[in-house]
Amino acid sequence: MANEVCLRTLDLERPWLLEQYQSRGGYEMLKKVLTEKTPPDEIIEEVKKSGLRGRGGAGFPTGLKWSFISRNAPGQKFVVCNSDEGEPGTFKDRDIIRYNPHQLIEGMILAGYAIGATRGYNYIRGEFWEPYERFEHALEEAREAGYLGENLLGSGFDFELHSHLGAGAYICGEETALLESIEGKKGQPRYKPPFPAHFGLYGCPTIINNTESLASIPMILEKGGEWFSDIGVKNSGGSKLFSISGNINNPGVFEIPMGTPFSKLLEMAGGMKDGRKIKAVIPGGSSAPVIPGDQMMELTMDYDAIAGAGSMLGSGAVVVLDDTNCMVKVLDRMSYFYHEESCGQCTPCREGTGWLYRVVHRIETGQGRQEDLDLLDDVAGKISGKTICALGDAAAMPVQGMLRHFRDEFQYHIDHKRCMVGAG
Amino acid sequence: MSTSVVKDVIELFNPEVRAEIDRWIAKYPPEWKQSAVMAALRIVQDDNGGWLTTDLMNDVAAYLEMPAIAVYEVATFYSMYELKPVGKHKVCVCTNVSCMINNADTIVEHLEKRLGITFGEVTEDGRFSLKEVECLGACGGAPMMQIGKQYYENLTPEIVDAILEGLE
Ligand SMILES: Cc1cc2nc3c(=O)[nH]c(=O)nc-3n(C[C@H](O)[C@H](O)[C@H](O)COP(=O)(O)O)c2cc1C
Ligand code: SF4
Ligand code: FES
Repeated sequence: MANEVCLRTLDLERPWLLEQYQSRGGYEMLKKVLTEKTPPDEIIEEVKKSGLRGRGGAGFPTGLKWSFISRNAPGQKFVVCNSDEGEPGTFKDRDIIRYNPHQLIEGMILAGYAIGATRGYNYIRGEFWEPYERFEHALEEAREAGYLGENLLGSGFDFELHSHLGAGAYICGEETALLESIEGKKGQPRYKPPFPAHFGLYGCPTIINNTESLASIPMILEKGGEWFSDIGVKNSGGSKLFSISGNINNPGVFEIPMGTPFSKLLEMAGGMKDGRKIKAVIPGGSSAPVIPGDQMMELTMDYDAIAGAGSMLGSGAVVVLDDTNCMVKVLDRMSYFYHEESCGQCTPCREGTGWLYRVVHRIETGQGRQEDLDLLDDVAGKISGKTICALGDAAAMPVQGMLRHFRDEFQYHIDHKRCMVGAG
Repeated sequence: MSTSVVKDVIELFNPEVRAEIDRWIAKYPPEWKQSAVMAALRIVQDDNGGWLTTDLMNDVAAYLEMPAIAVYEVATFYSMYELKPVGKHKVCVCTNVSCMINNADTIVEHLEKRLGITFGEVTEDGRFSLKEVECLGACGGAPMMQIGKQYYENLTPEIVDAILEGLE
């Protein structure tokens, strides 16, 4: 079973067109909900039943999040889609927008109906120009067909949807930074609480979900929450899009059931390049702690299995590393990223990410000191849990993961001022 | 007084740029014109050969009725805004992990040699500039780069040559 939810139009020619989406039953759910005036609570219940957990990285149950909105409270409410897709290794939302934009649109309208919102924004990262144009075209088609605008299909329900383009800032993927960014400000995360469900975009109740989460909604409602839940495994309902890249033959996006063995995913992705040995895997985007290859080959791709191995499924971005890679160099690059992308608001993150990068970098360049590994442990520990947003943790976790599994490689770098890989 | 302010704002930018910014303003609640600042900066940057001057940022501030400092904050926070001139073709190369382990270094070295510049520089003829960027969400096509609005994936030095030769 593959490509049955978010990528269900992928085998069609020009799958992004309205007529193609409709040929697979697209917008039927919206029509049904609007004509039957399905009670919004029933929709939220179905989403809860599906076991869908947020696909943006944190894995928070989507139905539960929606139930936090008091839908009858007066005033505007918003649905916001997070298509900022910046977590290194992740490239699935781009494919949803490029190949099946209408399903995302339908999902957002249904989300709006469920929480009582009449406006939505899709925040697309600024570099994604081609996906943005696809999305804009799909919006036009949907508007023309009467799926967007006022009084949708005569139901009395209004919904307007626009895209917002980012301009290059990883931190805007953090939900409250993203809201600040739509408000025309620097993307600096807000203190939580209050959560967006109470104080979100323009101070109004807002739900914010990942592209994949929202694009899953039409199928969940069409086939039922139970159907979706049954595709996956316990605590990990449904299928999921995995972006797999690295030293493999056939990198790409695979929509497969949760709980699929990693070895199967690797096989789908063409196996290791040049017949090399698998050394390690970053299983859920660059902030997910690394897992040694041998251990990974025994794991399944679901929240519990990956968490049980001390890492996280995150956004489902799988980076496969072969035995030619130096882990110090890999961590050096990742630490540089988090240091560059820290918004600078809180001291532990601003200063801590700088420390992590400088210390890892000096080890990488042969300037490491004996006390450096303890120093890294210490700095990482001092960031974790002490910051406004999770970028601090995202910077600390890969360091902790690398030191847990590949400490000897770092020690070798310090002792010999060169790399263990290829040192013979 | 008020009419002259309105007139000034109407005279800002050329009609195409103004129409494009207005299209974005219309997406947001009327009291939140400021939400269009990111789009406005991008539009005027594109119209100005790829970079923003202080005058342009001030114009955006006036047009959107924002304090100029709030516009500068946005322009300096996001990496896609350029505050000094760039090449006609801004070549952005991803060097993050998936690209790195798929030989992004080779691509960078090749570009540096061919163009005779390093990251952050512009060729003398003003045609190209080079920029290092973080993961662009296309790791399946590593190594990759972006030039203008276009992504180029699965690069080799030969493919890079062909791409550069194909540009005006
Ligand atoms: C630093 C940082 C970056 C993030 N980047 C993204 C992103 O690019 N896309 C995304 O959907 N969520 C991202 N998130 C998670 C969001 O804050 C939020 O949890 C998510 O959009 C909620 O949607 P979901 O519940 O459907 O996953 C990021 C979080 C942090 C802390
Ligand atoms: S943790 Fe880092 S990125 Fe997040 S708010 Fe604090 S300084 Fe900014
Ligand atoms: S690492 Fe280069 S595009 Fe993701």
